[in-house]
Amino acid sequence: MPPTLETATRPQGLRRVAIDPVSRVEGHGKVTILLDAANHVQQVRLHIVEFRGFEKFIEGRPYWEVPVMVQRLCGICPVSHHLAASKALDHVVGALPVTPSADKIRRLMHYGQVMQSHALHFFHLASPDLLFGFDSEVNRRNIVGVAKAHPETAKKGVLLRKFGQEVIRVTAGKRVHGTGSVPGGVNKHVSAEDCAMLKRDVAQMVAWAQDAVAMAKQLHAQNPALYDGFGSLRSNMLSLVRADGALDLYDGVIRARDAAGKMLFDGASDQGYLDLIEEEVKPWSYMKFPFLRSLGREHGWYRVGPLARVQNCDFMPTPLAESQRREFLDWGKGEPIHATLAYHWARMVELLHCVEVIEELLADPDILSGELMTDGARRRSGVGVIEAPRGTLIHHYEVGDDDLVTMCNLVVSTTHNNQAMNEAVRSVAREYLDGHELTEGLLNHIEVAIRAYDPCLSCATHALGQMPLDVALLGPDGGLIDRVVRSRLGGFTHDLGSHGGLGA
Amino acid sequence: MTAPVLVFGWGNASRGDDALGPLFIERLRSALGSSADVEYLDDYQLQVEHALDLAGRERVLFVDASLDCHAPFEVMPLRAARDGSFTSHAMSPQAVMQVFRDLHDGADPPPCALLAIRGERFELGQPPSPGAMAGLAAALQWAERWLAGPVNATRA
Repeated sequence: MPPTLETATRPQGLRRVAIDPVSRVEGHGKVTILLDAANHVQQVRLHIVEFRGFEKFIEGRPYWEVPVMVQRLCGICPVSHHLAASKALDHVVGALPVTPSADKIRRLMHYGQVMQSHALHFFHLASPDLLFGFDSEVNRRNIVGVAKAHPETAKKGVLLRKFGQEVIRVTAGKRVHGTGSVPGGVNKHVSAEDCAMLKRDVAQMVAWAQDAVAMAKQLHAQNPALYDGFGSLRSNMLSLVRADGALDLYDGVIRARDAAGKMLFDGASDQGYLDLIEEEVKPWSYMKFPFLRSLGREHGWYRVGPLARVQNCDFMPTPLAESQRREFLDWGKGEPIHATLAYHWARMVELLHCVEVIEELLADPDILSGELMTDGARRRSGVGVIEAPRGTLIHHYEVGDDDLVTMCNLVVSTTHNNQAMNEAVRSVAREYLDGHELTEGLLNHIEVAIRAYDPCLSCATHALGQMPLDVALLGPDGGLIDRVVRSRLGGFTHDLGSHGGLGA
Repeated sequence: MTAPVLVFGWGNASRGDDALGPLFIERLRSALGSSADVEYLDDYQLQVEHALDLAGRERVLFVDASLDCHAPFEVMPLRAARDGSFTSHAMSPQAVMQVFRDLHDGADPPPCALLAIRGERFELGQPPSPGAMAGLAAALQWAERWLAGPVNATRA
């Protein structure tokens, strides 16, 4: 899987297309496409800027502050960072393992988090594309359009997400800035009242999650050529699995398969992730490019997230989701599924699994009582790995005798998927860019490919009035040939004024 | 019982002036105390479920930092509208209002206004800038008058 289009063999004399969602500091992405004189795609790069500087922000702080502080990484998946940090610091305080109550309350929190994130992604971000097609006007490609065409679907999406948020609130203490998980365990039980409240609604959530899987499946069946081919690429896949091979989003061992589904390694301890993964720095991107050491830089890149997880595991330990997982695998006719848009289907199978797990945990008396904290021999470092909504998330800390963090390393799911997202955009550009004009249709297709991964961007991006999309077409001499700007509210205009953004 | 007025600020407390929204909520709540008439909410960012928080209100004030408003702050009425975005990591208050409309069979959301406070710097780990804090103080004074005023008041 060589990155054939990442670097042009002869960059001189090429024309550059830049697609730049503008923001103020971080959290912006940009696509640069270099064309040759014949308007053929010669080079494509996706730039994502995300958590620049956060590791330094953490270093020097007391370790017990870290699980709370890291929630400020992301407003979409703060719980994943909260729990990954807690798991890493469990090693530092010697809490190995945490108590059964702490383990189950954390799991409940985590599965609530994944559930609400998956619901948001599918119903708000992805389903408009999937329901209306990629060439529909941008103003219909949002939940408003979904609501008009499928009013009950939109309502289910919002209420599924709301339920997940309530699960987080009752386990983390608050919906925002939760403090429930701490190094060594958790600091509160689930109250009987909150448990009863969630139990009242969980059966409905299971039913709606089944509907969501059915919708995703139906969309694939309606247009298999599109769903199988759009942005498709073959890759290795990596995820946590439980020791017995079951899907586990909270804890487990690291497993990787190659593009043909053959096991590359299995049962690897998360504490040794640096023996498995290396991060490459490329001069044109702020984000690193991880790869499997055993395969090297060129062939070792991989995908994480729902598509990897549902195929890496041997089974899902809940009946409804496992049944749907098998149906999903059958779509591949014995071969691993690599279609970019299959992420959405896999994501909905996971949504169903999450709700089933939540239902099981709500019936477990350990979340209502039992020891919450434990400790043991102090250590100087710890690694916490968790399967966040978008994929594998790694937190690694070293702590001094003075309790202050001396080293922090974070590998987030968007970083794992960096090369894969680049490959998906290249695939789309090769197929849909004609080289003569920047069209809204092209932008739609590129956005659809990026949306499948839903890259995790810094959340300081809501500068009011800023334009989320800025596309410039530059000639071989760097002169501006064309530029289009999409406003936050969906407008699409040509603008030959000055353009900004990262360099290619 | 749903409070008739909702004041909703959002932003990241660790990113300089991005903290203006949550700071506004914290200080307004502290200054005015709890009341059955006003609910204060804050979050990292707006999301679809916040449309549910609009239900049963007489009026809503959204509060956020802004790079392109005039200092110290601007207030503007909002209309439901649609976002164009490639990420789930940003949503406008207009889009939240639109989600409300579509979840309620086309019914209009309550009157909503945006209080945009001028921000200058948003780097990780920075405290809010002096200019932003001055804007925050002025915005809080305006908000106290707004809360005491008629239902349709949205002008500075």
